[in-house]
Order: sequence, then C-alpha cells, then structure tokens
Amino acid sequence: MSAGRDPGLQPERTRLAWRRTLLTVTVVTVLAVRLASTGDPTGALIAGGTVLVWGALLVLCWPRGTGTGPARTGGRTLPLVTVGTVVLASLGVLLVLRGLW
Amino acid sequence: MGSGYSPTVWEAIKRWFDPAELGSVGETPDYRFSLANERTFLAWLRTGLALVGGGLAAAQFLPPLPMSHLREVIAVALLLLGAAVAVRAVDHWARTERAIRLGQELPASRFPAILALAVGVGALLLVAAVLMRAVGGR
Repeated sequence: MSAGRDPGLQPERTRLAWRRTLLTVTVVTVLAVRLASTGDPTGALIAGGTVLVWGALLVLCWPRGTGTGPARTGGRTLPLVTVGTVVLASLGVLLVLRGLW
Repeated sequence: MGSGYSPTVWEAIKRWFDPAELGSVGETPDYRFSLANERTFLAWLRTGLALVGGGLAAAQFLPPLPMSHLREVIAVALLLLGAAVAVRAVDHWARTERAIRLGQELPASRFPAILALAVGVGALLLVAAVLMRAVGGR
C-alpha cells in the first residue's frame, strides 16, 4: 500500500456507510411504528419512544454522513448508536410481548 | 475472549464511551485503518438492525403459525439476536482499534461462525416447519 494513493475514497465510503446505517434505522423505526399502531395507549407510548430513539440516532449519524474532506473517526458516536439499536430491539420485544396479553 | 488483554465486562463498557482513554494507548495509526474499522462496525450494526427489522416484520407479517406463540418466539429471538450483534460490534470495534494502535494482532473472533450457524439452523428449522405444514395440510 503506497501512501497518498487513496486521499478521498476512504472518508467518502465511511460517510456512505453512516448514511446506509441511518437508512436502516429509519426502516426499522417504520416497522416498529407500524407494529405499535393498534390504537391503544401502550402502543402509542412505545411508538413515541421509537420515534424519539430515531431522532436521537438521526442527530448522531447525520453529521458523520455529510461534509467533505477528512472524516472523523471513532468517538462516542459508535457506542451511542449501539445503545440506540439495543433500545430499538428492547422496544420491539415489548411490542411483541404486548400482543400476548 | 481474545488473547492477551482482557478487561472485565464493566471496564470494557466504560472504555467504549471513553475516546480519550483509547487515544492515549499506543500510536495514532494511518486514518484509513481507523475508517476501515469503523465501516466494519457499521456493517455489523446494520446486520444487527436487519435482524431487529426481521423480528419486527415477523411479528406483524407472518400468518398465525400451527404452534402457539411460535411467531412471537421467532420475533423475540430475532430481536435479541440483533441486540447481541450490535453490542458485539462495538466491543469488537474497540478491541480492534486498541490492537491497531498497539501494533498487535487483530482480535480473533468465533462470533461470525456462531452467528452463521445460528442463522443456518434457524432457517433449516423453518424449512422443516413449512414442509410439515405443506404435507400435513393436505
């Protein structure tokens, strides 16, 4: 690997990876809201929580997916988006279990 | 899990959220290595999100199954697997970043093999369930 042969592509690919991730988060949010929409207050509460998590992940991922020049690497964003994913999964489990009562 | 360095669970979790601590270890590598490590993390995170999405889809799009609550069991299993993949992704990212900074071997992991086996076995069970239904339904 010779230095200086790949000045732009790595940051660009990483930004696109962040955008794909945000897109996936959005799809998961839509699926969760659809599952939650049965007209009862518990469902509305969980749907609201899901949209809040989506908003938080939007705020976290958006800056990493935009801009030009050198990309930021690492930082707290990575563990925080992991927490967001785990919260989405937990809300999903609540939604599935709610259907059993 | 890996060789050599192995912090307790709580230490590992604290370190995920402490970029300053990670930055104090070893030498700052070529940024392309850090970006590649970050993209690998994001690819795993999307794998986790896809499993979460699959669980949510199973809960609402699968027809009622012959075994009671089988649909819910499948959905919850996929959701928990998705959360586990996401947590493993950030842990592997942090350990890889540390290894790159210290010039050590990258952490080895059995997780991809275990996940592949779990998905494969799950798919085979579902194929068996579909075939049993097709034969038994006649």
